[in-house]
Amino acid sequence: MKKIYLDNAATTAVDESVIKAMVPYFNEKYGNASSQHLFGQEAKRAMEESRVIIAKAIGARYDEIYFTSGGTEANNWVIKEIGFANQANDKNHIITTKIEHDCVLNSCNLMEKLGFNVTYLDVDKQGFVNPKDVENAITDKTLLVSVIHGNNEIGTIQDLQSIGRICKEKGVYFHTDACQSFTKVKINVKKIPIDLITLNAHKIHGPKGIGALYIRKGTKIGALLHGGGHEQGLRSGTENIPGIIGFARAVKIANFRDIKKMQELRDKLINGILKSIPDAKLNGPKGNKRLCNNINILFKGVEAEAIGGYLDAKAICSSTGSACSSHTLDPSHVLIAIGLSPEQANSSIRLSLSKFNTKEEINYILKILPKIIKKLRKISVFR
Amino acid sequence: MTYSKKLIKIFENPKNVGEIKDANAKARVKSSICGDIMDIYLKIGDNKIEDIKFQTFGCIASIISGSVLTEIVKGKKINDVKKINQKHILRKLNGLPPIKFHCADLALSTLKKAIKDYEKKKGK
Repeated sequence: MKKIYLDNAATTAVDESVIKAMVPYFNEKYGNASSQHLFGQEAKRAMEESRVIIAKAIGARYDEIYFTSGGTEANNWVIKEIGFANQANDKNHIITTKIEHDCVLNSCNLMEKLGFNVTYLDVDKQGFVNPKDVENAITDKTLLVSVIHGNNEIGTIQDLQSIGRICKEKGVYFHTDACQSFTKVKINVKKIPIDLITLNAHKIHGPKGIGALYIRKGTKIGALLHGGGHEQGLRSGTENIPGIIGFARAVKIANFRDIKKMQELRDKLINGILKSIPDAKLNGPKGNKRLCNNINILFKGVEAEAIGGYLDAKAICSSTGSACSSHTLDPSHVLIAIGLSPEQANSSIRLSLSKFNTKEEINYILKILPKIIKKLRKISVFR
Repeated sequence: MTYSKKLIKIFENPKNVGEIKDANAKARVKSSICGDIMDIYLKIGDNKIEDIKFQTFGCIASIISGSVLTEIVKGKKINDVKKINQKHILRKLNGLPPIKFHCADLALSTLKKAIKDYEKKKGK
């Protein structure tokens, strides 16, 4: 059976050209970028060229890009080290939302334990943060606002421009987690007043274990890892050169045509499901305020992990917002935040596309899924 | 979440699914742990479970648990069924991930509640 991978919001296949670009940096050009000799210089040059590519993709200066091990690290870095570096002048308030990735929420939980105050903003039924709510939540103690750009579960794309303008007026640092949206939604730091952006590679056909943090010049932030002074003294540790090369290559090959293709497949799948399956509802917004690769659907009366199980049996890989499939047994906090009941959250599945998915795959899913839902509704206590 | 091949086979073709129109006992239980819901219908005659069916708003493990438990008790005497505990059913559910043990409990407690329902009705 041919496998169909629809969990690209979790991770993507590394593009062949990315692998090809990376390979020499494992065993031919394997120098440590801090070394003075030829191998070191070669690695350093390749790393700085990569930094320029990634910086250009968001309109930043090359020395505003700091490599990390990925999105989780960059988000931890922002929440903790913006907090610690700016708390001196009686500032101890962080604003974020109820639909952030766990790495932001759990970092915020830690900050609360350490004496910081955190406001978790509500979102509307489609997952949008109201910029007015941000404005109202800011006090003279606020030091940071952190809002996820494209939501990983329901695909909602936030209005960074409006939120950024408010933060700038109030003199508060503004951060976004752009792991899901990077290269899919344009983001330019020359146009959007934003101080920090989390980026990563493995959601865009790059390798795992590499990401970056954009830090606007002049931003007061502490070092994350202390050591030999790498990354301008803010993030020590020998740089992951093959990862960095692969990251830059993935950014370089991202293009509008692929986005367009994903959008079309996304809408074909959404419309096809809503048409062929009764009592199915789209979670999150429609159209261009939704990530081009995200589909999240609520199937009334059936448990999502069971849907995932039957899809898996047909070699279709999906993901659920269901309590039953996670380690915690709690329903998805994002789906709860947009007003779903725990039962509805446990009935929702996420299908996330990449440029490698095809029309034929979508047609196949549209053939299989109605049968699965029908079968499960027969088993269900809800009719 | 990974399940053994044997359990997935049960999941794909669960037994005793549905409702019994002329059931003489039934029960519904909602798991306080994950929110899954199970219904069990019983047809009891001569102190024996003549027929049993289940339905669930439940995950893979709850469907498997419902299928396996109903198969174990079908045709058995009520007094014997009352002695069944988590250990018995988990033995049949060999390979169930530990985080899913509560799904086996859900099936078991729904069955016990249905039997109580039967005894209450009979006592009247």
